[in-house]
Amino acid sequence: MFDPKKVKKDFPILSRKINGKPLVYLDNASTSQKPKSVINTISNYYENFNSNTHRGIHTMSEEATIAYENTREHVMKFINANLPKEIIFTRNTTEAINLVAYSWGEENIKSGDEIIVSAIEHHSNLVPWQELCRRKNATLKIIPIKKDLTLDLPAYEKMLSKKTKLVSITAMSNVLGYMPDLSKIIKAAHKVGALVLVDAAQSVAHLPTDVKKLDCDFLAFSSHKMLGPTGVGVLYGKYEILSDMNPFMFGGDMVKSVEQHKAYWNDLPWKFEAGTPNIADVIAFDAALTYLEKIGLENIHKHDQKLLKYAVAKFSKYEKHGVSLILPTYKSATFDSSQVSSILSFSIKGIHPHDIATIFNDEGVAIRSGYHCSQPLIEHLNLSSTARMSFYFYNTKADIDRAEIALKKTIKLFK
Amino acid sequence: MDLYSEIILDYFKNPVNKGKIVEPTGTATEDNPTCGDKIRVDLLLDKKGKVLEAKFSGEGCAISQAATSMLTEKLIGKTPAQIKKIDNEMIYKMLNIPISPARVKCALLGLVTAKKAAILCGAPAAKK
Repeated sequence: MFDPKKVKKDFPILSRKINGKPLVYLDNASTSQKPKSVINTISNYYENFNSNTHRGIHTMSEEATIAYENTREHVMKFINANLPKEIIFTRNTTEAINLVAYSWGEENIKSGDEIIVSAIEHHSNLVPWQELCRRKNATLKIIPIKKDLTLDLPAYEKMLSKKTKLVSITAMSNVLGYMPDLSKIIKAAHKVGALVLVDAAQSVAHLPTDVKKLDCDFLAFSSHKMLGPTGVGVLYGKYEILSDMNPFMFGGDMVKSVEQHKAYWNDLPWKFEAGTPNIADVIAFDAALTYLEKIGLENIHKHDQKLLKYAVAKFSKYEKHGVSLILPTYKSATFDSSQVSSILSFSIKGIHPHDIATIFNDEGVAIRSGYHCSQPLIEHLNLSSTARMSFYFYNTKADIDRAEIALKKTIKLFK
Repeated sequence: MDLYSEIILDYFKNPVNKGKIVEPTGTATEDNPTCGDKIRVDLLLDKKGKVLEAKFSGEGCAISQAATSMLTEKLIGKTPAQIKKIDNEMIYKMLNIPISPARVKCALLGLVTAKKAAILCGAPAAKK
């Protein structure tokens, strides 16, 4: 097991001070911080072999191409995919989902078809499907959320029919930290012949991901929430499905040959990577994966769970001061740790989350406040917005103690 | 200088003019979708066309609640034309706290809503 105090030293930003106090970074669900190895990989690329991929004959272009394609193979191993060509680089999770909505969706969704998402989706796994359904006159169905803030799976199973063409679901809610029973959801969808897309933007940084075991058809995530740079997303798709799909964007690099009035598409995965890709950041993503493997995803998960339990124990003491924990399965200071991970959203009666986040920031503690790109969910919870702490392996119990000090100060100031 | 000055906290905890007017001359609601803030401003004009009563309701952070409350006090006696001319600087001076770019919308939400309500004071009333 790693020592979080030691790994903190690998992240230069974590020694920064905010308002004169050492930074406590609890906004990891927005983006994670980057270890020195990732930052160094970016400058090494620009200082030593900056050049375009897949086209140059010269040495540096060859080096850049190899390093870029190495990351693809690394991603394949990291999520246990079958082939490197099942891994497509995009800008972010949102673009990966849009790729499926435009390319697969345009060809396969017809009037009267149904797409299912859940009530806890991030806007990036909701709006592309709203739009696809509008374009195709299809119906978007929503798996409801129960009072204990978990999904109503019996209701989901009743929704499934031959009309269902796609189920698109998060592996971990960015507001609730809730992890739905994916294997059950995927099996049920496949029974009626529907495909399943998993939004793994949150989960992939915190738990081992195995696309073979999951048997999902697509999986989307971003590098920046798992120690890598911003501007790199991944779409995994099963080979047979991706090969049947048309390109999403057209131009250079995605073509095999071009005539004046017609073009022939490149092979997978490049037919989906039009234009010069984000070479430096893809290459640095490789270093992020190496770092995560060194720490171990199982260890990260164990550490996350310990911190979440500690935070729940601390923050639940303030319920008498109007603090509410927005945590699935939560009941009198306990919760089912097999269903939630790494995120604790909360509200304080009569205090706006922006004011909470401002006082936390005064104390050097970075948290998120607002809708968290999940407006329908927050409104369903009957809140105008929430405050959210999200943990990662470099956080310690001492960080949560600092958050508790900020919480006390907030209550004292506004009540 | 502190964002949560005593005056701001006082207006937040004990807001002046919080509530609704039963038959306002003009009313408007605005929201700030990134924060989830929602504010309604009601204006009642007297026979000379000046604000007799101004009230606000809705939810928001301490900054938007205090700013709107303080603003409603300043609206009394003004004509809708004068309200439309109030500039953002006046709000910053009134608040007298450092407003960071992230909190500009909070500070100005009340003014934006009040201006909209002022415009609607001139609109013909709906038939009952």
